[in-house]
Amino acid sequence: MMENGLLGIQELAREDIETILETAIHMKEVAERDVKKVPTLRGRTIINLFFEPSTRTRTSFEIAGKRLSADVVNFTPSHSSLSKSESILDTAKTLDAMDPDAVVVRHGVAGVPKRIADELDAPVINAGDGAHEHPTQALLDMLTVLEEKDRLDGLTVTIIGDIAHSRVARSNIHGFLKMGAEVRVAAPPTMIPAAVETLGVKPFSSLREALDGADVVMALRIQRERLAGAYFPSVREYAATFGLDRAKLRFAKDDAIVMHPGPVNRGVELAHDLADHRPSVILDQVRNGVALRMAVLYLLAGRRHRRPADEGGNS
Amino acid sequence: MANHPPQRPNRSAGPHGGSEGSLEGVSPLPKSPAPTPLVSQVVLDTVSIGRALMRIAHEIVERNDDLESLYLVGVPNGGVPLARRLAENLDQVADLEPLVGILDTTLYRDDLISSGKRPKLRDTEMPSAVDDRVVILVDDVCSTGRTIRAAMDALMDFGRPRAVQVVALVDRGHRELPIKIDYVGKNIPTQRADLVKMRTEDGVQGEPLDVVLLHPETAAGGASR
Repeated sequence: MMENGLLGIQELAREDIETILETAIHMKEVAERDVKKVPTLRGRTIINLFFEPSTRTRTSFEIAGKRLSADVVNFTPSHSSLSKSESILDTAKTLDAMDPDAVVVRHGVAGVPKRIADELDAPVINAGDGAHEHPTQALLDMLTVLEEKDRLDGLTVTIIGDIAHSRVARSNIHGFLKMGAEVRVAAPPTMIPAAVETLGVKPFSSLREALDGADVVMALRIQRERLAGAYFPSVREYAATFGLDRAKLRFAKDDAIVMHPGPVNRGVELAHDLADHRPSVILDQVRNGVALRMAVLYLLAGRRHRRPADEGGNS
Repeated sequence: MANHPPQRPNRSAGPHGGSEGSLEGVSPLPKSPAPTPLVSQVVLDTVSIGRALMRIAHEIVERNDDLESLYLVGVPNGGVPLARRLAENLDQVADLEPLVGILDTTLYRDDLISSGKRPKLRDTEMPSAVDDRVVILVDDVCSTGRTIRAAMDALMDFGRPRAVQVVALVDRGHRELPIKIDYVGKNIPTQRADLVKMRTEDGVQGEPLDVVLLHPETAAGGASR
């Protein structure tokens, strides 16, 4: 499992997901203590390598690493060094020479964390790559659902929004399906990737049908600047058709929970009052993010894997 | 984890018997970490465990003045049922109702990262802070002292105890740290390669059944001590 890090949910086995979630539940207990810090990763170095800005995810990883007593260093390649045409592989090699125990990577292009992992001895944790995967987000979502529903198996999960461009959606689809849930996606047809059924999900263009009997409703962030006009006529129309409010939520199960990976466009994907109160569990997702990332760092940091190129000798 | 079969081996010699005393192949543990075949021997049976825990309860009462401040903390897995049993005994002996907690030491271990192994975490349930309490750490088998060291570090994250004392059902020696056991159920001389395990009814934190000593089988058919 997770040979050279955590690059995506797709390559995880169900048992891997269970191990991570179980570990995360124990990590939550640490967060409830007066002293929220354990010495587990003392003397270990974790590098946050974020090519794309992300305050939330980076902070979550930083807190997780610090609660395990690791030294967390934020390495943010500046525009200048990138414009000096330092390639990603140069960056990876530089990092490797600094001998980190884990590297957390976010990049706007799919596959970059994998490419970096191939160069590094340390495990790489994907913190979001293009429209590919965002595994820790999906894992913290599964942890949140598990806490609310006591199971994942047999649940119906409806994901609403830009499925085609969302790494959160992709990771969650893989994760919830592996754990035995039914996954539905709902969006204007332009935002649903072709042949999405081959993943095992059911696409809907009617929100009402997609919500019928749902246990979990997950709204995705709409990139309004990028998408309005191209994928749907207007933000207002999207909000009217696919924006979630209490009236539409009535089609889901009475005890359905509402999730969102944040940050929320209030009044677009989620109505104002829905973003802040039950059945929304958005702040629980954030809280669980730290525990989940602690679990991933506990399971991975410090594990060395031999680079394929090094197979022969090691100095 | 699989259940342990409840039957126990017939012993031909006393618990401290030499090579003749060991019986082979009885009640194997579900996961024996040693690669070689193991010879197992019961060194403490259910009745002896009960007696030892009752004696220790008396000793705790005798050695402590402020009995109201006692706080028993079991180290999983084996320490948890032992701490529960000690609490019952203290109730019987001195009409006390000490707090009972569970403290997992995994995140405080000193061999985690270097060994590459990432053991499963176990529950920690501390019903209250340990400030000004006399904390009694309870473990099943003490050897190197590293678990107790880890448990003491973990304990300090829950406050500032007035004193810390340690109970071990079995002390098998081979200390690597200056850790003293205040209440010992039984001292059992062992070799370093031996394994000493407390077995429980459910294989995890259920009622204690017995303590077995497992040693690698030598070519001569018996284990030398």
